Formats: sequence, C-alpha cells, structure tokens
Amino acid sequence: MALNKQPRSKNRIVGDFGENAVADFIRANGAVIVDRNWRIKEGEIDLVARLADGRYAFVEVKTRTSSAFGHPLESINSKKAHRLQRLALAWLATHQALGHDYRIDCAAVIVARDGGLSIEYRKSVL
Amino acid sequence: MTLGQSLSIALLGLEGHLVTVEVDIADGLPAYVLLGLPDAALTESRDRVRSAMVNCTENWPNRKVTVSLSPAWLPKSGSSFDLPIAIALLAAQRAIPIERSQDVVYLGELALDGHIRGVRGILPSLIAAYKSGVRTAVVPWANRVEAQLMCEMTIIPMGHLNALLRWLRTGEREENLEIELPLQSSEGNVDFSDVVGQEKARYAAEVAAVGGHHLLLMGPPGAGKTMIAQRLPGILPRLTREESLEVTAIHSIAGGLSTRSPLASDAPYVAPHHSATRVAMVGGGSHTLKPGACSLAHRGVLFVDEAPECDSGVLDSLRQPLESGSITIARAIGSVSYPARFLLVLAANPCPCGKFSGRGRNCICTSQQVRRYLSKLSGPLMDRIDLRVEIDPLSRVELSRPEMGETSAAIRKRVESAREAAAQRFLREPWSLNSEIPSRALRTSFSLDRLAMNFLHSELDRELLTARGLHKVMRIAWSIADLSGHVRPSVEDTQLAYSLRGGPR
Repeated sequence: MALNKQPRSKNRIVGDFGENAVADFIRANGAVIVDRNWRIKEGEIDLVARLADGRYAFVEVKTRTSSAFGHPLESINSKKAHRLQRLALAWLATHQALGHDYRIDCAAVIVARDGGLSIEYRKSVL
Repeated sequence: MTLGQSLSIALLGLEGHLVTVEVDIADGLPAYVLLGLPDAALTESRDRVRSAMVNCTENWPNRKVTVSLSPAWLPKSGSSFDLPIAIALLAAQRAIPIERSQDVVYLGELALDGHIRGVRGILPSLIAAYKSGVRTAVVPWANRVEAQLMCEMTIIPMGHLNALLRWLRTGEREENLEIELPLQSSEGNVDFSDVVGQEKARYAAEVAAVGGHHLLLMGPPGAGKTMIAQRLPGILPRLTREESLEVTAIHSIAGGLSTRSPLASDAPYVAPHHSATRVAMVGGGSHTLKPGACSLAHRGVLFVDEAPECDSGVLDSLRQPLESGSITIARAIGSVSYPARFLLVLAANPCPCGKFSGRGRNCICTSQQVRRYLSKLSGPLMDRIDLRVEIDPLSRVELSRPEMGETSAAIRKRVESAREAAAQRFLREPWSLNSEIPSRALRTSFSLDRLAMNFLHSELDRELLTARGLHKVMRIAWSIADLSGHVRPSVEDTQLAYSLRGGPR
C-alpha cells in the first residue's frame, strides 16, 4: 500500500475532479445533491442526488485520463453493480427513506490532457 | 431506439434456415448478451467481432448490446455469424446505410484484424438462402469458388471487413472477375491399365459401375483388391452438374473441400480405415451432426478394406443407407438427413492369415478361424451385395505378359453407353439403375427370356440359389446385357451373372 501512495493521491485528485464535474452536471439538470462519498464497510457511494420528481439517484462516477484501459464504464461489472444496489438500500435505510423510488446511475468522465472533459451519463443502469 | 438487423443462415445438416440477426443497443452498463441458442464457437464471436470492428476503426458501442438470432428455438453453431453480427451492430449505430444491407445474406468468420475467413457449409447455406427468397450474398473470399456454383444468386466475395464496409457505404468494390465454372475433372494418377491380369475382377468392377451393384472382392493380400477399388471411381460416369453440386454441398459441411475441388466431376472415393466407428461411418457428432463416410461417398465409391476386421455393427450400420440411399441421424439437438447413395466395395482376405485361396497350401488357419473370420460379414449385409468376386493370386503367366490392360477412359466410355441404354429402358420407371429394379418388375416387364429363366430355375431347384439370389442374378444379367449391347439378357449373360454372384454365401 505504501508503494502506491504516490499514484493513489493523484488518482484521488482526478477522482474528486470528476465527481465535482458530475455534481455540477446533476445540479444543472435540476436535481439536488444530498450526500457525497457516503462510506460504510461494504463500500462507497460517490453521489446521492434527489431528483426533481422526488426520486433518489445513486451515482457511481468513473474518471479516467485516458482510455488506454478501455471505456471507464467497462470497469463496472455486474458484481460491482449489485454492490451499488445494496449500498443504495443501505443508504436509504440509514436515512429513514426506505420505500422511496430510486435508481442507480453511472457517469463516465474522461479528462483530456488540456483539461477539457467529457461526461457520459447513464441513467438506471440496473 | 437503436436497432439493426441483418440476415444469415443456420445449418442443421444440409438443411439451412434463414436467421435474422437483430441488434439492440440500449443505455446501461457496457454488456453483450447473445440470444438464440449459440454454441461455444458462436458465443466467442463477441470478442472476435469487437476486435475486428475496433481494428477497422469502427466504433464499438460501450452500451448494453443485445444480439438476438431468431428463430430463437433453432440451435446455432459455428463462426459464420461473426459477419452478420458485425453488420447488424453497425446498422444499429447507423454507421452503414440500411438500403444496401437489406435482403443480403452474410456469411463469414472475422479475424481479429478484420479479415473475413472462410467457413464450412457455404453452398448449402446459399441454397437455403435462395429458397428463402434472398438473391444476394456476401461470402468470404476464400469460399468464392464454391459460392459461385450458386449462379442464380449475386455473390459478393469479400476478403476484409473494410472492403465490405466500403461497398456498403459507397457501392464500390473491386470488380470480382467472373470465374469461369467448367466442371473440372482431375486426370487421376490411377488408371485401370495399371492393374495386371485379374480379368474377372476387372469385369466385375465394370458391371458394378454400370448397374450400381455393390461389390465384394475377396482374395489374398497383394492380389490387387485395393488397386481395383481405387480405380472404380475412374470408370463411373462423370457427375452431372446437379450431382456435383450435391456432392460439394456435403463435402462443404464436412469441411473437406480443401482436398476436393468444389467443381470436381469425378465420383468421390472414400476409404475409411477398418477401425472406423459407427459415427465416422454414418455421421453424427455431439455439437454439429456432420456427415459420415457413407455420405461423403455419395454418388461415388465407399471402399472398406479388410472388411471382416471392422468392429461389429459398423458395417451393419450401412444397411439402412444401402437400402434407402440416405441416412437420418437423430440426436438430442435434432435429426438431420444426408444423402448416401454410394457404391459399396468391400475387400476381405479369405482367412485371417490371408493364404486360404487357390490351393490354400500355406494357410495356417484352422477351419474354425476361417469360418469365424468370414462370419463377421453378416448375412443381411451380404444380402445387399450383388457381386462377390474371388481374386486369385497373380500367376507368373499374367505377370510376365507385356501388354497393358485397358485404360480407365476406354472402360468409362463403355460404362456410360451402357448406362445410357439402361436409362432409355427405365424412362418411365422411378428407378434408373439395374440394381434398383424391384422384384415385382423382375417378374413381369423386366423378366429374362425363357432359356435364361430355365437355367436359373434349375439352379434354384438344386438349391444352389435362393429366390432372392435369383433376383440379384437377374439384375446383374441386365447390367451385363447393357454392357454387351443386348436388348435382353441372353443365356450367356445370365450364366456370367451367376458366376459373378458366387462367393462365400
């Protein structure tokens, strides 16, 4: 782990950058960010948003600076997607919001060398 | 909605079904779902198609891709669906214009770099496509000769995905040279003139070729049984175009067109080793039901050397195709029929040590061994073999004779005119070969003259001939009559037929 310290922190910066970008994107579409980086033992939810119609959206953000390792969303396999599902239910339970309608979204952020970025947002991926 | 579709063909035996390949690209996590009972090779198509598309600088959709091969109930196998899947994917992304890819059947396996590789079963696939009303087909470049046999369709051979996409987008393609399609006849390197002596066996082979009579050659090792069998296809009439197509279709499914030209007009020659299994003989297999040796020998010669050495049941499994001219293989995944109208030639030694012929002087086998050896050829099978010829070891006189025997070409000419005579006679009948004359017809319109029948009946009375054997002799007699140009078999023809019928039982 110690060896990974340098790249991790770089990844952290890239990841935060991407999450901020997606949060702005969500707000611009009329939703409210209600939680960020909610973390329990099983994992982490990047963004939780309350949509205009009252539904909750749980967003997994994947940020990449190159597509050398394939498309960002390809790293989300079905196992990971189901973990997102469990995390979403756990979030709803801890916030006394069980029974609310919700959906799981994924966002891919690709950051170009010159700082330009593109966001690919997929709704209801499960 | 992002939907795309293309057409292809799924083969079940020789029978092809038109398959619609539909692709739906939906939002969602990147995934690839293939529906429609694919087998292992087909499931792997995903990675081939993806690499090929990416390496041809086409876009791979990072979305949820659902590929459906309908009809869904039909099991599909093989790699020939790579190309239609790629086309449907590109059509779904609107990367290619729809108009030109409609009503076109695609067949081909994709290499990772986008090359289109040859597949098995092109000809039967195209025949099925034609029957379904499709008139254009894109086929792998490697299969173009075979595909051109289907001259009623527009065939577009393509060697690379890029070339295909350019055609779909712009209509341009390298003008493929219209290949001239003469039926090819390989000048075989085996000829009947190589066979020294053995007049009786040569004549029996000729009669077999005329009437389609099955043949048993029995003789000691080295007498020339294999030589004669190998040369039998060379004296059979050349295949007509329809027959050649039929043979090519079967060989295409078995993947044997690397050894046999798609346009060959020579009768096929198949000689499975005597260790062959039943499945190898009649066809089968677990995933795809491939044709066996007896179907590969369709319209040709099936030669089984050392027939008594075959495992029990292997030869007897040939009884059904011998009777019906086709074989139906039933398995859990379905049942398929292949044509199997072949000339069976069996070769056997007279005993396990091979020396029990002529005076049998050096034979070391016990009488029981000899009997057991020959009883491996079961009665019902032997019953279907009209000609049973004993070959004697070559004598010194025969070997030292300087002149060569007749050439295959000369014999074939005789065989062809004899078959022509038979065809004229059977113009109004449902059969075309002497060996197929039904017993009822032999008693009525195709009976022999009085003298010949008297001879046969006296043999019957002496219990040297059974009723069924009598009919067999009559059929052979008709073939001999055709060969010697008689309108009706004479007594001499009949006696000759009787001598060729001989043999162990």
